[in-house]
Amino acid sequence: MTRADVCVVACADAWRGDGAVLASPTGLIPRLGARLAQLTFAPGLLLTDGEATLLRDDEAEGWLPYRAVFAVVAAGTRHVMMGASQIDRFGNQNISCIGDWSRPKRQLLGVRGAPGNTVNHATSYWVPRHAPRVFVPEVDMVSGVGHDRGAIEIRVVVTNLAVLDFATPDRSMRLRSVHPGVSVAEVQAATGFPLTIPSDVPSTRRPTAEELELIGERLDPEGLREKEIR
Amino acid sequence: MTAGDVVGELRDGMTIGIGGWGSRRKPMALVRAICRAGLRDLTVVTYGGPDVGLLIAYGCVRRVVTGFVSLDSIALEPHFCRARQEGAIELTEYDEGMLYWGLLAAANRLPFLPIRAGLGSDVMRVNPSLRTIRSPYADDTELVAMPALTLDAALVHLNRADPSGNARYLGPDPYFDDLFCLAAKRRYVSCERLVSTAELMDSGPPQGLLLNRMMVDGVVETPRGAHFTSCVPDYDRDESFQREYATAGWDQFRSAYLDGDEESYQKAVAAR
Repeated sequence: MTRADVCVVACADAWRGDGAVLASPTGLIPRLGARLAQLTFAPGLLLTDGEATLLRDDEAEGWLPYRAVFAVVAAGTRHVMMGASQIDRFGNQNISCIGDWSRPKRQLLGVRGAPGNTVNHATSYWVPRHAPRVFVPEVDMVSGVGHDRGAIEIRVVVTNLAVLDFATPDRSMRLRSVHPGVSVAEVQAATGFPLTIPSDVPSTRRPTAEELELIGERLDPEGLREKEIR
Repeated sequence: MTAGDVVGELRDGMTIGIGGWGSRRKPMALVRAICRAGLRDLTVVTYGGPDVGLLIAYGCVRRVVTGFVSLDSIALEPHFCRARQEGAIELTEYDEGMLYWGLLAAANRLPFLPIRAGLGSDVMRVNPSLRTIRSPYADDTELVAMPALTLDAALVHLNRADPSGNARYLGPDPYFDDLFCLAAKRRYVSCERLVSTAELMDSGPPQGLLLNRMMVDGVVETPRGAHFTSCVPDYDRDESFQREYATAGWDQFRSAYLDGDEESYQKAVAAR
C-alpha cells in the first residue's frame, strides 16, 4: 500500500452515498477514485471519458456533450472534484490567476466552471501537494465559492497528507483524518491558516485488499498515480 | 468562398466568436488567415484554446471574453498567459456556463438570461457592470443577469458542409458552434470536406446536422483546417505539433510554419 493508494481511496470515499449523480474528477488520482467508487460501493455514479461519452465499467453507456453537462450542473445532480491552486478556510478556491487579477503574476486556467459548480452542486477538492502556498488565508481570485459565499456544499478536500472537511459550526475547514504515517502537526504546518483539529484525529481509511487489487491491476497497472503526488 | 474572402469581410475592432472548445475543432485555418491579414483590436469570444494564443501572438487581440484558455493536454496556453502577465490584453472573465448563457441570450434575442453561476464569486468583482436580478415570483431568488454576447461575426469548423451552409459534425460533441452562429450577424463555416447536399444527408444521422443555411453566410473548404486541434473522426489533435507550438521560440515556430500561406503551412506540417 502506497500513499497514492490511500489518496485514491480517500477520493473514492468522497462520492460514497451519492447515488445516480455525475462524478466529475479532475486529475488522475480523483479519476481513479471515481472509477474505483463506481466499480465497488457506488455503482450508481455516472462518469464520462473526459469528452462526451458516459462510461460504466469502461464500457460506453450514454452521451453527454458539454451543453448537457451544463444542464446537469444547473439541475444539481453532480459532484465534482476539482483542483485548487489556492484554497481558504471556508473552501473558496482559485484556479484563475495568482496575484492581482488586473495584471497577474501568474495567469492560470481561468475560473472555468468553478463559480457555477459550487453554487449548484456538491464540490470536493484534490490537492496533490499540501502546502501553505495552496492553503492560504485569502485566495487571489475566488473561482469556486466557499461556505461563507454561498456554496451549496464543499464536501471534502483530499490532499497528499490528509482529508479535510467542513463539519464545524461555521462550516470552516476541519482536519478529518491524517493519512497513515502523517502527523497532525505536519498537516497544520503545511496549512497557511488555523485548522479546527479534534482532540482525537483518526487515520485515513486504508484500502481493502479488493480495492488495492482493482487499483493496481485494473485501473492503474502502470502506477502513474505515484507521479501525481511526487 | 476562400479563407481570404472571409477575412475580407471582417474589420479591425470587431467582436468575433470562435467555435470549438479548448484545443478541439477550432477553425484554425480561418484564424491563421486573420493572423496573416493582420486584423487589429479584435474582441474574441471563445472557449479558448490555441485560437486565442495565435491571435495574441500576431497582435490581433484587444480583449478576450472567456471562461478559460487551455490546450487541454497542455494545461496553460503560453501566449495567453504571457500576454496577461505583461498586461498586453484585456480580459472579460466569466464562468463557462455564463458564456453559454450569454450566447443563448444573444441567439434568442434576449438582453440577458438569469443564471446562478457567478453569485458570490470574484467574477462579479472583475466584471463590475454585471448585475443581479430578483425572481419576480414568490421564490424571490437572486440570480446573475448574464448579458447577451452579441457577435459581429462567428467562425466555426465542422466536418462536412454543403455549398449552401448546411453542415454537420461527426465527432462526439457539437460544442456550442450552433449558438455562436445564432449569436452573430455574419456566420462563416470552414469544413473538412465540402460535399453535395445529398452526400451531406447520407454522411450521418439527421441529429448531427448542427447548422442549416439560415444560420450561415459563407462556407470554406479547409482540409485539415482545424489542425493542430482535434477534428475527430477526421483526425486527432496533433500532440507533438502542439508541444512544439507550446515550447519552441515564437520566432522560430512562426518562420517554420506560419510565414507562408495555408498551403505552405500544411506542407510544412506534413514534412516534419
